[in-house]
Amino acid sequence: MIQTLRKLWRNPGGLHLDENKDVSTQCPSRQIPLAAQLVIPLLQHAGDKPKVVANVGAYVYKGQTLAVAQSNNSVNVHATTSGTISAIEPRPVAHPSGLHDLCVVLIPDGKDDWGDARLPTYPNYTEIDPAILRQQVKAAGVVGMGGAVFPSAVKLNVRPDKPIRTLILNGAECEPYITCDDMLMREQAAEIVAGAQVMMHIVKPQECLIGVEDNKPLAIAAMQAAITAAQDSRIQVVAVPTIYPSGGAKQLTFILTGKEVPSGGRSSDIGVLCNNVATARAIYHAVVHGEPSLSRYVTVTGNGIAQPCNLEIPFGTPISHVAAHAGGTTPQAKRWRMGGPMMGITLHDAATPVVKAMNCLLVNDELENTQPAMPCIRCGRCTDACPTSLLPQQLYWFARAKEFDKAKTHHLSDCIECGCCEYVCPSHIPLVDYYRFAKAEIRTEREAKVKADLARERHEFHQERLERAKREKAEKLAKHKEQAQTNTDDGKKAAIQAALERAKAKKAEAAASTTSGDTAA
Amino acid sequence: MIFNKRTSPVATGKADVSTLMQQVLYALIPGTLLLVWFFGWGMITNWVLAIGFALLFEAIMLKLRQRPIEPFLMDYSAVLTAWLLAVAMPAFSPWWLIAVAMLFAIVIAKHLYGGLGYNPFNPAMVGYAAMLVSYPVQMTIWPEPVHFSFAHIGADQAFQKVFWGINTGWDALSGATPLDAVKVNLGLHKTLEEIYASGHFGLFGGDAWAWINLAWLAGGLWMIQRKVISWHIPVALLAGLGGIATIFWLVNPQLYASPLFHLLGGAAMLGAFFIATDPVSASTTPMGKLIYAAGIGLFTYIIRTWGGYPDAIAFAVLIMNMAVPLIDYYTQPRVYGTKRGWLG
Repeated sequence: MIQTLRKLWRNPGGLHLDENKDVSTQCPSRQIPLAAQLVIPLLQHAGDKPKVVANVGAYVYKGQTLAVAQSNNSVNVHATTSGTISAIEPRPVAHPSGLHDLCVVLIPDGKDDWGDARLPTYPNYTEIDPAILRQQVKAAGVVGMGGAVFPSAVKLNVRPDKPIRTLILNGAECEPYITCDDMLMREQAAEIVAGAQVMMHIVKPQECLIGVEDNKPLAIAAMQAAITAAQDSRIQVVAVPTIYPSGGAKQLTFILTGKEVPSGGRSSDIGVLCNNVATARAIYHAVVHGEPSLSRYVTVTGNGIAQPCNLEIPFGTPISHVAAHAGGTTPQAKRWRMGGPMMGITLHDAATPVVKAMNCLLVNDELENTQPAMPCIRCGRCTDACPTSLLPQQLYWFARAKEFDKAKTHHLSDCIECGCCEYVCPSHIPLVDYYRFAKAEIRTEREAKVKADLARERHEFHQERLERAKREKAEKLAKHKEQAQTNTDDGKKAAIQAALERAKAKKAEAAASTTSGDTAA
Repeated sequence: MIFNKRTSPVATGKADVSTLMQQVLYALIPGTLLLVWFFGWGMITNWVLAIGFALLFEAIMLKLRQRPIEPFLMDYSAVLTAWLLAVAMPAFSPWWLIAVAMLFAIVIAKHLYGGLGYNPFNPAMVGYAAMLVSYPVQMTIWPEPVHFSFAHIGADQAFQKVFWGINTGWDALSGATPLDAVKVNLGLHKTLEEIYASGHFGLFGGDAWAWINLAWLAGGLWMIQRKVISWHIPVALLAGLGGIATIFWLVNPQLYASPLFHLLGGAAMLGAFFIATDPVSASTTPMGKLIYAAGIGLFTYIIRTWGGYPDAIAFAVLIMNMAVPLIDYYTQPRVYGTKRGWLG
């Protein structure tokens, strides 16, 4: 065990859970043969969907861009191997709703040919402008691989007024069953450290802390060795106590730095940037080797899997194919989940593809919650367990009564949905579902308000424009009228006057000629 | 292939309402056994009648409210309410007194407010307080505690008293509790020294109540150790009661009883560990629990010393029950990433 003299902070609440991690760390990770068909969802990240640029029937190389980001809050999506695109259509994806989403279906040709699809490589990245490297990270489709799948290029964009002091690499991996980061650190420590160095070049922090829960001594030792080999004194591995959910970004930030990410703010507000260790590796591959994010370590485990293990799986591989290459399923394979038992989501279909967010494929026979939910007795065990110091029993009450304003004043938005409250609840109330419901209602309300405001603004503008047009028309009319009036009043008189005068003059002329004729005669 | 669906978390702990309630019941055993030692059949009839009526009323109300009967009967909450009332009411209470008390506790205070988890007031204390104001005589006459009471009052005698109100040969055995004796005699302008000299006072002066309080204390400490309850409420209640008692005792020890007398007298320990800790009607925030319980301690002393009743846990609990929503609102803990709140 590495002894560190670094001071650690104790986060409130949290749980000691049955880890169930050993089952999947008994053998080294391995790669599996390509599936006959890869289904690559366009939206594997949190943000805007990129625009498809590939065509059905086209041949694509490995790493070729299939869809291009249309906004800052988006990333490119790539072909994970070479082959032919057979369809671009909605398919089942890993989403709690079970709804289908747009995917590119790729039939691999088995050559795994990069062709000319590699991005530019920057082995001497220290001489390159960070802005160019950020663009490369975005073009390579790198997103946070701890589960939040936020586009990494956005996080790496440091504002001058908010410099980053500490880069945190999150290797805590606190959720039961999941060991992909553990195995990644054991096997790819050098690449993770190299990725950390690339990130440090981009965001210029003073230090880099790699937080790892102390139940992973082999990973800690491997990371330590890699840092020593890299001779980088700015980087340090810190063992943190094994308490769920210390791997939450906000929790790990507090444990390592004693600083709290402000409510509603970003970690950059306190000079911290937190990234998963797998993200660091993906950034290393993107920048130094010009390789887009095409695969990841996935823990395949649970009593529904015959040989639990860690596999490096190309994105788009169906989970049925993954299970088949983990020794197949057992009769206990009743429930399939992406992620762990605390925060994972239930998968609805065996054809669901592996995506960037999938750290774990958990297949087991955990019984459905047969115990009926009893009324809340306000025992407060949830308060003791909450890592954010919320009052879950009060939030439950407000969510149930649809008192969303009170839920807001009790900081519902700061709930990280870690599930600790629900785990300890003696009444077996599905608390997190109530919070998700309340959050969704509040979001809908806010969006409706924004829409209503916009509609009102538009309406008011429209009204104003109509009135202006009316006013202008009226003004014009008045002007015309005035002119007409002038014509009628003065013009006519003048015309009549002129005619009269002309007539008079004629008369006078005639009279004068007669007179003169008379005179002459 | 379609899979089973359930949203996270799917892992659940082992805690469960009926297990929690059972553990509270276990913790009540030592004090109850001591009560049985001192009051014999009188405590057994109390216990059996209270639990019987509670389960009966609970089942009827669940049926009327169209709720599943079995899971709610098996949560032991009605048993706990009944048990608390059985040990709080005088031994040999007549059957009808217990029935009406349980009616108030289970039907009115609990089910008319929505059942388990929805009652703003502590059901056992509503039952107790309603009886105390309605039947002050029956509710304040305790028999004299005697060692191995079974030897003095037989089962037949006890049943006659409880069911038919026949109490031949009882006068010699009925007496006042120490709290009662102090209150009455202080009213007669005696000093505490004179009062103490006249009867069974103090832990080793034969005061059965002090021993019973210690037994509640032992059960309560076991619950804290097993994390059935948190320390906040008992500690703050006893600190509140002991604190104010110390102040007045220091001012005039002849007029105001010692803090130890208050802490080991009446229902102090039962209240601190078993009654005020009823989570449904108590404050639920860590700081709120301290304020709530200290308030109960304070009101207990005030009512005991200057009020019309010898003991006051029931009234103090009900008063503070009313303040719970306010306390909870202003004692929200400081949430991660936010600024400090009011008192949290």
